[in-house]
Amino acid sequence: MGGHAHSGGVEQAICVGVVTDAATLADFLERRLQTAGPIAAALAAAACHAVAGNTVGNSEPGYDPADGAAAMADRLGDLDTEAEARTPSPALRTASRSLGRGLTRLGKRAWPHPAWADLSAAPHHPIAIGVAAAASGVKPIGAAHVAAYLTISGPATAAQRLLSLDPLTVAMITAQLSARVDAVAARAAADPSGPLSAVSDPWFDLLAETHASRGDRLFAS
Amino acid sequence: MPPDHNLNDSSGDAAVPHAHAQLATNEVRRAVPRFGAPKGGSDALYLAGSGEGENRRPLRIGIGGPVGSGKTALVAALCKTLGAEYDLAVVTNDIYTTEDADFLRRNAVLPDDRIEAVQTGCCPHTAIRDDISANLDAVELLESRHPGLDLLFVESGGDNLTATFSYGLVDAQVFVLDVAGGDKVPRKGGPGVTSADLLVINKTDLASLVGADLGVMERDSAAVRGDRPTILLSLREDPSAAAVAAWVRDRLAQLRPSVVAM
Repeated sequence: MGGHAHSGGVEQAICVGVVTDAATLADFLERRLQTAGPIAAALAAAACHAVAGNTVGNSEPGYDPADGAAAMADRLGDLDTEAEARTPSPALRTASRSLGRGLTRLGKRAWPHPAWADLSAAPHHPIAIGVAAAASGVKPIGAAHVAAYLTISGPATAAQRLLSLDPLTVAMITAQLSARVDAVAARAAADPSGPLSAVSDPWFDLLAETHASRGDRLFAS
Repeated sequence: MPPDHNLNDSSGDAAVPHAHAQLATNEVRRAVPRFGAPKGGSDALYLAGSGEGENRRPLRIGIGGPVGSGKTALVAALCKTLGAEYDLAVVTNDIYTTEDADFLRRNAVLPDDRIEAVQTGCCPHTAIRDDISANLDAVELLESRHPGLDLLFVESGGDNLTATFSYGLVDAQVFVLDVAGGDKVPRKGGPGVTSADLLVINKTDLASLVGADLGVMERDSAAVRGDRPTILLSLREDPSAAAVAAWVRDRLAQLRPSVVAM
């Protein structure tokens, strides 16, 4: 929710002449998938796992639901902090929390679940994706897929609008990345309770900060 | 931490325990105004129809219409006219962030902290109708910053004749046309003209200069709008937009009966 107003940095990349056509857009999306993708996917998978493994569905012997609820709340809080640590740009933090806020607003209504009460009104987007996935019965790998895909689908459609590209071409570029989206998601969800990806890409931070200072931007980020 | 991080979410979240209540048709919803959570709270019960909580969030009025029809000038006029009576704020949805917001500031209509501008990513109609997240965020930010708000205008970015506001975002909406767009526009219809709670036909002082027949516009509007009102307006001749302000007061009286003018 709210994604249509965010360009994932592509508006600024277009403004500075880095993305100019379908080919340069494909490069941009690939880079974004390989840097922003693993972080978002890992956080989403971990959040999904934290919820799915600590609620009523858990039938392991000796499992105490009260302990589970507390563990879930702790883990979701930790993951939000991990997301903050992996998002150094204030503009990107704001964007992520704004998208998380929109999804949380939707998720509470569409998929009621106790885990929503453990989130702030505006959690980081991947955390909200993970909770929404768990609350709707989707597994961590599904949450990772959604998060990875969203890192490219937003900028793809934003570039389509800003450069007046052929929508079929943009759809093709996005579709051609599907195997890589799968790979990013699979890696991210392989161990959803283990260490999180810590890839960083200062270029996206720079794009976001420069973009935020523009007076003539069409997109929120 | 972004400035809005700690806002209490006062949108429809409160409706979760009674999600079916949100599926009401527009007609029902317009008869029974929606209520957000009480200010300062986040998990209050959905109070529709109970008569309680009616003043717990301001009346939201959407102002839509084509580019250049005078939406911002109308909002500025309404703020000037109603600002002394009600506690109010404005959300703008300009193509670029600040044009309309700057106009409102320049005209000293409202202080900066009562105006929020949102970006719409090239899709002004999406932001007021299909995915209202960014506008809800701005609305909630203003509501939390000014807990006593009575009235909140959400001004759309200029769009086409089909652009209407979701009733998930506003309680009532005004569609603004101007005579210079041609006197056939009301006949063309479209959801903006046919279904807005109020149609304003602006710049009537220009009618004779552009060859627009006000009688035709009024007649065609009535034909497609049923009993919904249409107001002919010239902000040049009436900078207070008195008739539109009166309509807003009526909406407040009807939808927020316990809000009284200062």
